Amino acid sequence: MPVPYDEMLDQAGVPRGHCRQYYEWLREQPPEHLARKRTEADALFHRVGITFAVYGENEGTERLIPFDIVPRIMPAPEWQRLEQGLKQRVRALNAFLADVYHEQRILKAQLVPPEQILCNPQYRPEMQGVKVPGGIYAHISGVDIVRDHEGNFCVLEDNLRVPSGVSYMLENRKMMMRLFPELFARDAIEPVEHYPDVLHENLKSVAPIGVTDPTVVLLTPGAYNSAYFEHAFLAQQMGIELVEGQDLFVRDAVLYMRTTRGPERVDVVYRRLDDDFLDPLSFRPDSTLGVPGLLTAYRAGHVTIANAIGTGIADDKSIYPYVPDMVRFYLDEEPLLANVPTWVLRRAAERDYVLANLEHLVVKEVHGAGGYGMLIGPAATRAQLDDFRVRIRSHPERYIAQPTLALSTSPTMVAQGLAPRHIDLRPFVLSGREVTVVPGGLTRVALTAGSLIVNSSQGGGTKDTWVLGASLGPGAAEP
Amino acid sequence: MLSRTADHLYWMSRYLERAVNLARMIDAHQRLALLPRVPEAVRQGWQATLVSLGAEGAYQERHGAVTPRTAFNFLAFEREHPGSILQCLRAARENARAVRGTITSDMWETLNETYLDSAAFNSSMPEAARGDFLEWVKYRAHLTRGITSGTLLRDEAAHFTHIGTFLERADNTTRMLEARWRDPGGRGERLIEEASEWAVLLRAMSAFEVFRRLYRDSVTPQRVTQMLLMRDDLPQGVHRCLDELQANLAAVANEQSKETLRRVGELHSQFHFGRFEELCAEGVTTFLDRFQGRLKDLGERIANDFLVPSGSF
Repeated sequence: MPVPYDEMLDQAGVPRGHCRQYYEWLREQPPEHLARKRTEADALFHRVGITFAVYGENEGTERLIPFDIVPRIMPAPEWQRLEQGLKQRVRALNAFLADVYHEQRILKAQLVPPEQILCNPQYRPEMQGVKVPGGIYAHISGVDIVRDHEGNFCVLEDNLRVPSGVSYMLENRKMMMRLFPELFARDAIEPVEHYPDVLHENLKSVAPIGVTDPTVVLLTPGAYNSAYFEHAFLAQQMGIELVEGQDLFVRDAVLYMRTTRGPERVDVVYRRLDDDFLDPLSFRPDSTLGVPGLLTAYRAGHVTIANAIGTGIADDKSIYPYVPDMVRFYLDEEPLLANVPTWVLRRAAERDYVLANLEHLVVKEVHGAGGYGMLIGPAATRAQLDDFRVRIRSHPERYIAQPTLALSTSPTMVAQGLAPRHIDLRPFVLSGREVTVVPGGLTRVALTAGSLIVNSSQGGGTKDTWVLGASLGPGAAEP
Repeated sequence: MLSRTADHLYWMSRYLERAVNLARMIDAHQRLALLPRVPEAVRQGWQATLVSLGAEGAYQERHGAVTPRTAFNFLAFEREHPGSILQCLRAARENARAVRGTITSDMWETLNETYLDSAAFNSSMPEAARGDFLEWVKYRAHLTRGITSGTLLRDEAAHFTHIGTFLERADNTTRMLEARWRDPGGRGERLIEEASEWAVLLRAMSAFEVFRRLYRDSVTPQRVTQMLLMRDDLPQGVHRCLDELQANLAAVANEQSKETLRRVGELHSQFHFGRFEELCAEGVTTFLDRFQGRLKDLGERIANDFLVPSGSF
């Protein structure tokens, strides 16, 4: 594997221009001072209850997602390029979704094989021909960005269903400001705390036509969901009701919530529940989390669901390889953000190459998520490699393969002190009347030395993400 | 407000109130233990408390004979007993967690911290530290109430929180009285003045000085009972609780809550216009029992009217 790109230090170990000031400060801090700050952060996170439940463990096992006190810092010009690329990509993905569920021009143009879409379990025939406000499907996207060894950003995954993690972006910032106020007084760091306002505006902007003062609610699976903290947090920050399926009902294709003063009409549902659970009458009949009849109200245009039903067809791993083509097809622009090179195993030539080089590659199930169902070639045993060879030969369409990326690293506080750990970045792209990205995002870090898996379910942690102000201080310098 | 939200707020405050009143009841026994009483009197005192809480059966099933230490553990720490202080604190926190977006961050963080810190207390605590535990529970409840009154918007959320608090407190005050009335005090082997036992109850309820100021007379069972039932200016008093309950229920009234409002008004008028001697003509414990039954009815009506409305509503 090539030497990874480090976000803070160049190959000679010298801090990059935009990090110099921070790095000098960091080196001046006595280790016991930093250790104390770290303990303080843990205690505060527990008190605030920023925890996630661990399934199958005893009562009271609420864990923290480990927080690293060393931020990831990004200079303004770099962020601006990334932001343009993200907006472009999400515009294309929304255009693709509108096309798939209406005219299907992309199939007629033979850019994507029809069976890839129409036979995909993520394609929702219920959505065919359904008009959604503004033609927007993915209102909230959490696009996972990685940086390769040459320092180029590329997209690893487009999360267009119910992307989570934004509360950590906000809480991490709050924590950093509490622990190290002196840093914020000195460096010009772009704020992120207005995200809930932008989100609320965005949700209101896609209300059903004719609704002037829409009622927006956040639909959660409930207090035992691992992301419950985030649901409660966002609802509170936006000042909207946090509802469960049992709080809602549909009458005459109109959605209401049960309140202490009787039924109250609901116009926009920001749902944090998968498609399958939304409406037991249309999807999984055993779901008690959803609302019977919701799909009817939705199809009648009486309520907006964000994200729309059926967005999974656009972030499916089998569709991912076609996204750069979508940018060209729908926007007539060259993509500003590249994909990670990807082999599509249903194509014979690509499959042969992958089977011959399996021990160097990463293989992913097209419908898997959260780092499950994947093979990391260089770290796999003989038996695991053989197992995947068999699986790929019998169902090649279920897999894609990518090179093992040398994800960029960032100095991170570990037991032994500062050490480089691999990171990625999830910025949150909001689409409504316009497309907006709050500067920054959630930086996830693989805390185990050498590990490339940043998912919190598999031992990942998080960092605050700083985008330096455009025209202020040394942050404006190129890396 | 969502009915489910109102439900969680209501139970959050009920459980917190129950936890602190349990601490007060146990505290009364800790104080009684300092008086010169025969062991049988001490045992009977605990027995009366368990009976008045309706927890006697559950206790016997698990532990058999009543001993002060086991009874303390049962009411304070037992995980399997949903009515123990620790379980009430947990339930208060779980309800708060479900509505953490509705209450203020300060309220949530305090209730959450109370729950997290409660892990430090358990049945293996030494005798000497047990009083500290009870003080800690009271302190955390005071803190939570202060934060609630200092930060919570006076909208429906506050009303349902208060409805839970005052319904529970009215019930708990009568149970504390009942426990004292039911305590035979060692069946004729009473070595001390009955007055001391009632003074202990007053102290456990933080109402001793108030009694002195109001009565300027000796402590008798009748006076203590009258004060705790009839005063409309005593925060721990039943009359006061009914005032609050009535006002908060009126503030959230909806189309189907008329009958509930009527019943709480009727109950309130007994205390507002009634005479203590007449209310308790058939005996104090009979009256207290009947009153608890009517509170239970109110609780069920509140649930039906506001908290778990049917689909048609």
